[in-house]
Amino acid sequence: MRVVIIKYNAGNVQSVTYALNRLGVVPLISNEPEVIKSADYVIFPGVGEASTAMRYLKERNLDRLIKDLKQPVFGVCLGLQLMCNHSEENNTNCLGIFDVAVKRFPKDLKVPQMGWNTIEERSSPLFDGLPPEAYVYYVHSFYAEISTSTIAQTNYILPFSAALQKDNFYALQAHPEKSGKVGEHILKNFLNIKN
Amino acid sequence: MLTKRIIPCLDIKEGRTVKGVNFVGLRDAGDPVALAAQYAAQGADELVFLDITATVEERKTLVELVKKIAAEINIPFTVGGGIQSIADVSSLLNAGADKISINSAAVKNPELINTLASEFGSQCVVVAIDTRFVKGKHIVHVRGGRTPTALRTICWALEVQKRGAGEILLTSMDHDGTKAGFANALTAQISEKLSIPVIASGGAGNMEHFLHTFQAGKADAALAASIFHFGEIKIPELKHYLKTQNIPVRIEP
Repeated sequence: MRVVIIKYNAGNVQSVTYALNRLGVVPLISNEPEVIKSADYVIFPGVGEASTAMRYLKERNLDRLIKDLKQPVFGVCLGLQLMCNHSEENNTNCLGIFDVAVKRFPKDLKVPQMGWNTIEERSSPLFDGLPPEAYVYYVHSFYAEISTSTIAQTNYILPFSAALQKDNFYALQAHPEKSGKVGEHILKNFLNIKN
Repeated sequence: MLTKRIIPCLDIKEGRTVKGVNFVGLRDAGDPVALAAQYAAQGADELVFLDITATVEERKTLVELVKKIAAEINIPFTVGGGIQSIADVSSLLNAGADKISINSAAVKNPELINTLASEFGSQCVVVAIDTRFVKGKHIVHVRGGRTPTALRTICWALEVQKRGAGEILLTSMDHDGTKAGFANALTAQISEKLSIPVIASGGAGNMEHFLHTFQAGKADAALAASIFHFGEIKIPELKHYLKTQNIPVRIEP
């Protein structure tokens, strides 16, 4: 099984690699189109700022490449937001895989949301076998709205898309690589999705 | 619902855990990786590693240790202690730390907070504030809480937020080591004024103290060291207790 993590100017590539290693998977980390296209599973991680990340992807034509991938793709955190239409973070046009807008949390509570929250209303094999009360680790100031692609919700200030899915594209707002056993379970489920 | 976090803090010297650690079933209590794994398995929500060594040589040991922790541990962790520069931060984050914490260096050069926030993102910049009550005022202290500054604690907390800190680790030197409870009045005052999370630290002695710091202290997270290390409070029991008191906490399935 070839798992490729897309390398770009965003953090947590190392943490995602370690998490996969703990599952016995050794991923390739690459920004080369041929390597990414030949993968069985692609992981699109991300910690950082949307416009900087999008600029990097565009400069390398990775934006088109990601949209055209046919194998299961898993966006994580900023990865999820970049797969949406548009982000309020520096008014950034994103990849448009999910027809969803990314907005900034209103400041009714502390922003960023930092810590463990439940993942609810789950409807995807990504969450198979998780206990009814499952917590994942969040650090984010922006969220994807609820849409027809929403496959799980979390409530913080308002309900938002904890996870999205369309065709072969999956994405999680939380950090599975830092979400204990629940996170490992979600990663494992992703790698079990039929290619 | 977003849960309140319980954070054990491990002091590190020359790559080893210091302070008496008394963990049942742990063969090498001085091994930070083994200890961290045990805390993660018990349901700790995050970990903080505080390096109390200072030399350049020992810094390299710390980076190696951070790599081992990151490879092993499946929850977020912060590394702090003696961090001075962008290069220090960059090497620790690249090694796999999720957040870094700065203290004296931020007081000496507040601009460092802005630089780190724009370079690496606010989410990984924790500013640790050591505070002491002096002549009727809460005053920021540096150098492990020994040296007073001219800064009022609340003003400094507001300033670090403005400069881009993602979180504040507030340690009351008056409460630290007393086991008489956290500095709840001050913690609440800061937590209410700020829009970023505040971690209460210093003074944990029993489970009620955690309850009080989440209720009266309005803390987003609570940090403690020795009471966890000595097994006086076990994290699963603490979390069950907090849950019965209607504090939202994560119980690992």
